[in-house]
Amino acid sequence: MSALVAGTAAPAPTAARRPRGGLWRAILHNRKAMLGAVLLLLFVLLAAFPHLFVPWLHGDPRAIGDLPLEHPSGKHWLGTTGLGQDVYAQLVYSTRESLIIAVVVGLGATFLSVIIGVSAAYLGGYADDALSMLTDVFLVLPTFPLIIVLATYAGKGNLTVIVVVLILTGWSYGARQMRAQALSLRNRDFLESARVRGERQSYIIVVEMLPTMTSLIVANFLGAALYAVLTAAGLQFLGLGDPNSLSWGTMLYWAQNQGALVNGLPAWALSPGLAVALLGVSFALLNYAFDEISNPALRPVRRRRARSH
Amino acid sequence: MRFLIRRLGFFVLTLWAAMTLNFFIPRMMPGSPEEALRERFSKSGSVVSPEQLRTVLAEFGFDPDKNIILQYTEYLKAMVTGHWGVSIGSSLGAPVTTLIGDALPWTVGLVGIATVLAFVLGTLIGTIAGWRRGGLMDGVVPPVFIITSALPYFWVALVFISLFAIGSNPILPNDFNYEQGLTPGFNPPFIGSVLKHGILPAGTILITAIGGWILTMRNNMVTTLAEDYVRMARAKGIPNRRIMFGYAGRNAFLPNLSGFAMSLGFVISGTILVEYVFNYPGLGYMFYNATVSTDYPLLQALFLLVTLAVLICVLLCDFAVFLLDPRARTKG
Repeated sequence: MSALVAGTAAPAPTAARRPRGGLWRAILHNRKAMLGAVLLLLFVLLAAFPHLFVPWLHGDPRAIGDLPLEHPSGKHWLGTTGLGQDVYAQLVYSTRESLIIAVVVGLGATFLSVIIGVSAAYLGGYADDALSMLTDVFLVLPTFPLIIVLATYAGKGNLTVIVVVLILTGWSYGARQMRAQALSLRNRDFLESARVRGERQSYIIVVEMLPTMTSLIVANFLGAALYAVLTAAGLQFLGLGDPNSLSWGTMLYWAQNQGALVNGLPAWALSPGLAVALLGVSFALLNYAFDEISNPALRPVRRRRARSH
Repeated sequence: MRFLIRRLGFFVLTLWAAMTLNFFIPRMMPGSPEEALRERFSKSGSVVSPEQLRTVLAEFGFDPDKNIILQYTEYLKAMVTGHWGVSIGSSLGAPVTTLIGDALPWTVGLVGIATVLAFVLGTLIGTIAGWRRGGLMDGVVPPVFIITSALPYFWVALVFISLFAIGSNPILPNDFNYEQGLTPGFNPPFIGSVLKHGILPAGTILITAIGGWILTMRNNMVTTLAEDYVRMARAKGIPNRRIMFGYAGRNAFLPNLSGFAMSLGFVISGTILVEYVFNYPGLGYMFYNATVSTDYPLLQALFLLVTLAVLICVLLCDFAVFLLDPRARTKG
């Protein structure tokens, strides 16, 4: 018996390690994943070291300048705002807040999805019924109006409120997927063997079950981050964010309020939205690539390359 | 049968949850509706006596002296029986039901049609792309539509405006639902104007919504095509077109149906941003305005309506799946 137990326990670490090594290789070999990763890296650099991208700027990019509504030029690459602020500098410095919202909401929502989805599947019975019902209710509640209502009542411009609301409204879809995957795992042999070994339930879930769900968890994080980027920008665009904050949504809000398009300044009106779109695209590309990695059937067929090998 | 009872139970439960949220959110948040109202009235310069204020608030079901449980049951009763109160926003005193009735056709007409169109086109393109794995279409379609599905609604709208509606000779109008001064009715200039005003908003929704349908349908198609019954159909020599639509497409389509039902329900809420950018007087724009003017009764009614719309669509979809998919009937 002990030999059997040792035998089943031994391959577990390699099994856990293998997908990770494979994951990296899969990312490197997937063009969509590479493009998404490069874009994301660029945004991370912009968020971490904004001053490197605007070396001539000293002080606050929100400081009021003396040349309002300038067209793009060598001095102001994307023109200036109605208050004479440099649009390019604001754009660079706004990356941080948007990225932070995306990452925090992505992590928070994924955490909730994993907890609720996996425990629903693992506990089964009435607990499963209750948790599934909760998930379905949150899935069906109209998110954006709910966010708007909450953001309005809870005081406009509070970033924490926005983040919390986005997490609370963003977990349900993932939880449903987690539950489905965990259900399919529930009766696999390696979990059974862990149960026979007498491991604690929490150990089985965290050490045995979660590693096999890595790609779904990552995909979930990316989906939630995409949702957070788009929704937060939408909220701020509507004027429900902090009007003094440095973020792309707030820039869009001011551009709309000061009539950027009507004044013939499309660079000012459109560039923050383009930044939101590009960050969203990078999450979406990575997300789709992870789908392909976890489900090989979805990968694009490359006949020519296969022949040259 | 158990399946249907379960779904009906879910319907009632979710509706109750939405209404409860609706009731408690304004009461839990800092700042009372009473204060917001007084502030609004004093801003507009009109003098309101405390009694009047109390009457308006009572309409809204808010009475600070009353027991909260009593308030809650009264509120639930009013919501269910359609007594949604009067607006306390920009159109003060107008019944909420009238306001919503005026805006509803515009949103349903514009966004509803755009959503259905996006779903039908997207499903078709996805079916074809998934069928011809590795073909030219399958090479181009996924990357392009991953990108479009990640674009923010309002940004696409702004790009459209700057391309078509601004400049020396704008091709298309960028706000409102029809030319001012026209008489609404079944006359060619009015209909033409309505269509012209609808092109940009509808195009925005179409572009951002279609990608998701294409991608999920393509992926479902790819997974379904690997099933044994498809191989069996091929071996039997059934024409490709029939396999594509009748065998693979039909089964790949089922999981998409519930997504479609939800998106139909989200028509109202999903378009807040689009209607805001285009000043389109539909429910989304009304929702935004109700928020700005802290018009609680209108906000509550709209929120309830949106939830109801989603739930009805999901329920209809459940019935459809029940009819279409024998597995749902036996699973119970």
